[in-house]
Amino acid sequence: MNNNIGVEVEETVRDLRQYFKTGKTRSVTWRKNQLKALLNLIHENEDAISKALYQDLGKHPVEAYRDESNIPLVFFPAKGELLPEPLGVVLIFSSWNFPIMMALDPIIGAISAGNVVVIKPSEQAPACSSFLANILPHYLDPNAIKVIEGGGDVCEQVLLQKWDKIFFTGSPRVASIVMSSAARNLTPVTLELGGKCPAIFDYPSDFKMAVKRIVGAKWGVCSGQACIAIDYLLVEEKYSSELIELLKKFMRKFYGDNMMESKALSRIINKHHFERLCNLLKDPLVAASIVHGGSVDETNLFIEPTILLDPPLDAEIMTEEIFGPLLPVITVNKIQESIEFINSRPKPLAIYAFTKDATFKKKIVSETSSGSVTFNDTLVQFLCDTLPFGGVGQSGFGRYHGKYSFDTFSHEKAVLHRHLCLEIEPRYPPWSKFKLEFLRLAYRLNYFGLVLHMVLHMLGLKRHN
Amino acid sequence: MASSKLNKKVFDLKEASTTVKDLRITFDSGKTRSYEWKVSQLKALLELTEKHEKEIVEALYSDLSKSEAESFIQEVGMLKNSCKTALKELKHWMAPEKVKTSITTFPSSAEIVSEPFGVVLVISAWNYPFLLSLDPVIGAIAAGNAVVLKPSEIAPATSSLLAKLLGEYMDNSSIRVVEGAVDETSALLQQKWDKIFYTGNGRVARIVMAAAAKHLTPVVLELGGKSPVVVDSNINLQVAARRIIAGKWGCNNGQACISPDYIITTKDYAPKLVDALKTELEQFYGKNPLESKDLSRIVNSNHFDRLIRLLDDDKVSGKIVHGGEKDKSKLRISPTVLLDVPRDSLIMSEEIFGPLLPIITVDKLDESFDVINSAPKPLAAYIFTNNNKLKEQFVKTVSAGGLVINDTTIHLAVHTLPFGGVGESGVGAYHGKFSFDAFSHKKAVLYRSFFGDASIRYPPYTSTKTRLMKALMGGGFLAIIRALFGKS
Repeated sequence: MNNNIGVEVEETVRDLRQYFKTGKTRSVTWRKNQLKALLNLIHENEDAISKALYQDLGKHPVEAYRDESNIPLVFFPAKGELLPEPLGVVLIFSSWNFPIMMALDPIIGAISAGNVVVIKPSEQAPACSSFLANILPHYLDPNAIKVIEGGGDVCEQVLLQKWDKIFFTGSPRVASIVMSSAARNLTPVTLELGGKCPAIFDYPSDFKMAVKRIVGAKWGVCSGQACIAIDYLLVEEKYSSELIELLKKFMRKFYGDNMMESKALSRIINKHHFERLCNLLKDPLVAASIVHGGSVDETNLFIEPTILLDPPLDAEIMTEEIFGPLLPVITVNKIQESIEFINSRPKPLAIYAFTKDATFKKKIVSETSSGSVTFNDTLVQFLCDTLPFGGVGQSGFGRYHGKYSFDTFSHEKAVLHRHLCLEIEPRYPPWSKFKLEFLRLAYRLNYFGLVLHMVLHMLGLKRHN
Repeated sequence: MASSKLNKKVFDLKEASTTVKDLRITFDSGKTRSYEWKVSQLKALLELTEKHEKEIVEALYSDLSKSEAESFIQEVGMLKNSCKTALKELKHWMAPEKVKTSITTFPSSAEIVSEPFGVVLVISAWNYPFLLSLDPVIGAIAAGNAVVLKPSEIAPATSSLLAKLLGEYMDNSSIRVVEGAVDETSALLQQKWDKIFYTGNGRVARIVMAAAAKHLTPVVLELGGKSPVVVDSNINLQVAARRIIAGKWGCNNGQACISPDYIITTKDYAPKLVDALKTELEQFYGKNPLESKDLSRIVNSNHFDRLIRLLDDDKVSGKIVHGGEKDKSKLRISPTVLLDVPRDSLIMSEEIFGPLLPIITVDKLDESFDVINSAPKPLAAYIFTNNNKLKEQFVKTVSAGGLVINDTTIHLAVHTLPFGGVGESGVGAYHGKFSFDAFSHKKAVLYRSFFGDASIRYPPYTSTKTRLMKALMGGGFLAIIRALFGKS
């Protein structure tokens, strides 16, 4: 069985490489046409996309539109001594939580840079994977952009091929496997991972608005199953109860009194993750810290938005990325302690901080390390096309969005033009003291010394061997 | 001294782990992030280079029989310039980059802040053991990292001089040199680094990247390849020949990652080119080049044997048109030119990295681009021509780390150009600001206020909200107005 998949994948890559060699994908016209076609794809298939997302994740269509249909158009021509060129045949792995966006966003970068692409959508979002496999060939050049569907065995075969770039969105565990595979061919990779994204809650100017944004950034994005969702909150002990009450208030406002019935909340992607999340709550000390929610519905793979107050820091819920609708609220004595708390953990993809203290803001930026920092809001850094989107440390490396997408799929070739007329004799051996001294002076940009040196030499006033 | 060698601690996993731990403590203290610290270290590097130039040149002579001129120009001089550039530009490099924000995040302000990765590992090569050790270290320091440098054991005099000088001049709590070979390197590679910068060959690069993958450590791999030179007719042949010679034998006797590896020219032009090369070679290195003090030797007997094997290949031995003399005791091979070697010979399939220059011929020069592109992407590619159309075609179709028109190797000295490979020739780039960037994480920072919160962001989702959101996200100003008035 593996042999067949292997042969198919090999053929696919071979065909793509042949097509790339024709140079077709390098023309500006071709790239623009593909990007226009992608826009049309999204506009004309909104319903189908919504449906697929609902099937895989129970996503509300508005969330789906907001998060998956906003595609920036990007194309940058080459100029000057740095010539961007496509890397060649690129492989994109997209994740299951934003299965359309995480596929199309990198594809845009790859196409604008002139590459041919294989996209391997996550098998954990099968409806979306199918959708992409069926619809992309109708809109995009099928010789240049191909979809390979499948699970672990297909991934294995895919990784055996030689790629010119691999773009991976997903978990650190799989990222390590992908990078190890890439090492065999020295294939450059971009790894967009996640982490425990903290939100620091200092007493901000608008308590209510901050809480609204927090609620939206936790449960409003795929029920917390997002790389930049807020993982946990940090707040000073004395504000914790006020914060929790306000959180509950807005949760009820957005999701109704009976949250288990809310249509505005995504469900958990599959049984495996559902069980993983339930297990996080099984620890008795963790269960005891629940101050809201905690109900689960196994049939519908639904977990109620849950708040915990100070669960034990060594419990899995505080050591692993949650990626779900559970929100631990961690209290500290002074909010400044948040910095040390965050720094003692792996670097996250995003840090959020609600504060009006300018000094504290500066400290957060200079003393913590993360993919990004956003003040007084959540998630919007994803929409800012002029900002690179990517991680550091355990949250990944490489970046995209806007021009960074184009760059990440390009090789910046240095080109130097010289003339055959201008010649400097001392460049060449045989070396002599004269030439050496000339070069020393030249290096120090000591033009006066240079001229003097040459004049004296010519006049025979300086003796050299 | 014998006794000091016996007392030398074995650098094993435990030592490697302790080293990283120590450096991490220093890094976490924030010491390496200050402008003052960076300047002090860069100045220290400059000072040690200037004060100990003689010892550096002697070490390079010991390791490679490198001439004083080459050592000065290509290693010491380059390194000093790199230091000076970093000192001059550091403030500017460190400044956050303000970026524009759009209506989707209005109101907001944003910037990109450069921050150090943390504790980084620089593994250097043997052919430019001084430059390739310290040039990346400059980037690491400028960006504010703590660094471990592992110089190549194949250039032992330089390695030990680097250990001594960096120990004396640099801040030992954040910059360390670890000497050794495979065992020590393996111990280092098992640690968790925040970045690894490797200069060397493709085989070891794969080992480095695989080790990095275990910790999701980003890497820069500066490798090599077969850098081709396309030579057209109707050019100033004397100048072209000199520049080819300077880039080949004038760069550590061909043992350089961007040395011209082989030449492609037309069948008609080849004899003229060979003559020009012969003439200029004699000018440069005299009638007895095996004795020339201006040529580096072959680094060791392993590489000597490897190169002789390339020449002894049946398909190739009859194709020597110049040179071919050797002296194993002195590890010397004279500048050797070969004409019309078969494309499937060993000398045409692996990177030569030595003083042998094969010339392959084609009927028409356009064919050369296919020849080049059918091989792995090299670190550099060169063309000598006055034909603008050919230049254009070359630049457009040849993929390599860097290209030079009408010269060789010199792009290395232009610090505004990124220096790095693509495909088999490597990943990432450095020099000038690119060095600072290679060792920095570019953190996105977005400042928002509470003014202008849009309720459309939040559930419960209504059709009005949907319309408005669609307009805001892609429709432009007019669409927003229409949506507000209830039209989609």
